[in-house]
Amino acid sequence: MEATRKKLAEGIYLTYLPARKFKTSLLSAQFVRPLRKETAAACALLPAVLRRGTVTYPDMGALSMRLDHLYGARVDYTIRKKGENQCVGFVASFIDDSFAPGGEKLLEPIADLLGELVCGPVTERGRFINAYFESEKTNLVDAIRSLINDKRDYADSRLLREMCAGEPYSVPRLGEESEAARLQANKLYTFYQELIAGSRLELFYSGSASQQRVEGALLYAFSALPRENVQELSFPQEHLPRQDVLRIEEAMDVTQGKLGMGFSCGSDDYIAMLLGNTLFGGSSNSKLFMNVREKLSLCYYASSLYHRQKKLITVSSGIEFDKFQQAYDEILAQLNAVQRGDLEDWELESAKSTLLNAYASMGDSQGKLENFYLGQAATGQSETPQTLARQVQEVTPERIFRAMETVRLDTVYFLHGKEAAE
Amino acid sequence: MKQTFYKRIGESVYSHRLPNGLEIRIIPKPGYTKKYAFFATRYGGMDTRFQLNGRWLDTPAGIAHYLEHKMFDTAEGNALQELAKNGAEPNAFTSNAMTGYYFDSAEHFEENLEILLSFVSIPYFTKESVEKEQGIIGQEIFFFYDNAYREIYTRMLRAMYHSSPARTSIAGTVESISHITAETLYDCHKAFYTPSNMMLAVVGDVSPERIVEIARRILPAEGGPVIPRDYGTEPETIAQAETGCTMEVSCPQFLAGFKCRPARDGEDYMRLSLIGDIACDVLLGESSPLYLRLYDRGLINTSFGGSFEMMPGVAYLYAGGDSKDARAVAAEIQKEADRLAREGVSEAFFQQVTRASFGANLRGLNSFENIAVSLTEGYFHGYDPFRFPEVFDSITKDDVTAFLRENILAERMVLSEITPPAM
Repeated sequence: MEATRKKLAEGIYLTYLPARKFKTSLLSAQFVRPLRKETAAACALLPAVLRRGTVTYPDMGALSMRLDHLYGARVDYTIRKKGENQCVGFVASFIDDSFAPGGEKLLEPIADLLGELVCGPVTERGRFINAYFESEKTNLVDAIRSLINDKRDYADSRLLREMCAGEPYSVPRLGEESEAARLQANKLYTFYQELIAGSRLELFYSGSASQQRVEGALLYAFSALPRENVQELSFPQEHLPRQDVLRIEEAMDVTQGKLGMGFSCGSDDYIAMLLGNTLFGGSSNSKLFMNVREKLSLCYYASSLYHRQKKLITVSSGIEFDKFQQAYDEILAQLNAVQRGDLEDWELESAKSTLLNAYASMGDSQGKLENFYLGQAATGQSETPQTLARQVQEVTPERIFRAMETVRLDTVYFLHGKEAAE
Repeated sequence: MKQTFYKRIGESVYSHRLPNGLEIRIIPKPGYTKKYAFFATRYGGMDTRFQLNGRWLDTPAGIAHYLEHKMFDTAEGNALQELAKNGAEPNAFTSNAMTGYYFDSAEHFEENLEILLSFVSIPYFTKESVEKEQGIIGQEIFFFYDNAYREIYTRMLRAMYHSSPARTSIAGTVESISHITAETLYDCHKAFYTPSNMMLAVVGDVSPERIVEIARRILPAEGGPVIPRDYGTEPETIAQAETGCTMEVSCPQFLAGFKCRPARDGEDYMRLSLIGDIACDVLLGESSPLYLRLYDRGLINTSFGGSFEMMPGVAYLYAGGDSKDARAVAAEIQKEADRLAREGVSEAFFQQVTRASFGANLRGLNSFENIAVSLTEGYFHGYDPFRFPEVFDSITKDDVTAFLRENILAERMVLSEITPPAM
């Protein structure tokens, strides 16, 4: 079924997607604002503090009890990076009314709860409760620091940070540790007031309720939301390709090395780039997977990702320290093969099927649908999974090679063990 | 073919057993594009000692996982590649007691199912291909060494169990896998990959008759004998109360585990699993008084969570996350368990938690993978997971109190910790 997108009120949009096949309904409320180094940490802290309590449910115990009664409904706060925008808010998932053993209606109470989490936080002396603020601030700082616990994520994030230094895209999803450590309770409250008044609110629903009922529930739940001068979306700053490749090395106490490579892409042909990347390292049938990992056993994992908003490709791989040069050369050789069109028919066919399968089965997951439509809304795109699938079918090999020819190595990041550095 | 309708959860299941002993379950999902197939053998990381043709065999740790990797090799090349060509995303996992191969695809489902059934039932290893895999799996094992969570989890199990194969890391060690040969792999395949030791689950908008027909056509006509396995004898006591190590992590992480009394196969197995889940939520779930108290005191953060796990002859409840003071958290868990054992679980809180737990189980039915894996597990252990609403009805607060009283005891607790290196 197709999604309907509608402006509900000033700066409030609803994406409505009827579905009867799920056991649950999903309701999401997300504010979209520009990702900036100075505000990213405050923006990331906000939903965590709001999730601690509202006027009616002033602490986590009261909120948990409420959710348990709503048959284990989940309300998770989310902080996502979409292009150079940061999206923060809540995603609620709750059993569909048709399965409530007592025949209760769950949509309205859940919508009310989301509205209250956003518009009616519990406060003291005109600001957030200090204990909530302090403990969530500590959690945020810990979460930013804990990135290092997963070396793969850490290496991927380091690569982007170096490659896009000076561009908003280099700012991590949760912001910088130094900015988080400086946050103050009174300033966060002011920031909160500005954010809810001035940022676009994207609502999303998937479930069995009618559009009219969903709109009614949401308009009521968010009737207290202030709306003044709602900001336009910000569009990404283009990445300036480097003339000389930037090379960064780092030593840590690790047993496996991580090699990250960042490429800039000149082409505007999105679908051709997406397919080119899938061929290169975007699936378990890609050049990187089949050759670098399987055939040559150079890496435990090797994959690539296309960043549409910034026109970048990043490669992420795990290698033995002494295989650096071999892996590096082979990754470039595989890119070159895609650029030269050195492909077998089945490879192209498989890349297309991978994408078509992903678009076709997106409708089977409420979480994926929500994330997809939020990404589209936050970056000003209007394609649906169906229209993207049609475009994939139309791409010719020549378009892919032409697009991939614009791919240039920009930044190399290598994380290795401490001994190897000596 | 038998069809069962489960009114309270809105699902139905077709069951059929082939003459070769293969159990087939088909779960229709009208309206979904994706179709999912899961083909599993009752054989996992725990099954290293077993009897084949009257002789006891001791196989290297990690062999079931190794075999899983090698099964994708075919005489023609690689099944992964063949499936991916059809837009399927194939994968596999090895757990303690099961190895499962699966894919989902929107198109060419039946063709993909034929490929899946065929590559899992026809082994093809050579000396060279087996040796080459040692590099890949060795890297996978190294990758785990850098993963702090995995490390504390494995250490917790080693501290909890004296001799149970639950102690063995599923992937084995670089040393143990060096002893794996093509011949041992063939032996293990012959013993455990027989239709009578396996189950096929298909979830999606498919024709049940066609699935049965494909399985009948592709798989061997004969089943195999029941393979006796030896898991040793495990005392009720823990092996060691504490274990710890240093790793480059940002903040200390810990797991506190309680060795619990395991259940036999059958509906008791499922009942204990649900009681254990509820007990875990009552004791330390997000709405428990303990969770709220520890969170307020800054002793835990949102990384904190717990779970109740079971495998053959093994059951344990564990919880953990980041904490600056793991010992204090562990002591608080113990204190709360003592209080609940003494005072009993309150009826209102039990109802609240059970209601939430029902919702969580229902939510799980959105996931095809979860449906297939839980039906397979249920079949291997002799229970029907889709009867969860009825089993919930049969559980009382006294069952939960009794569980806590019997299992959450100081002498059954182990603490596994990882700390950052000293500056």
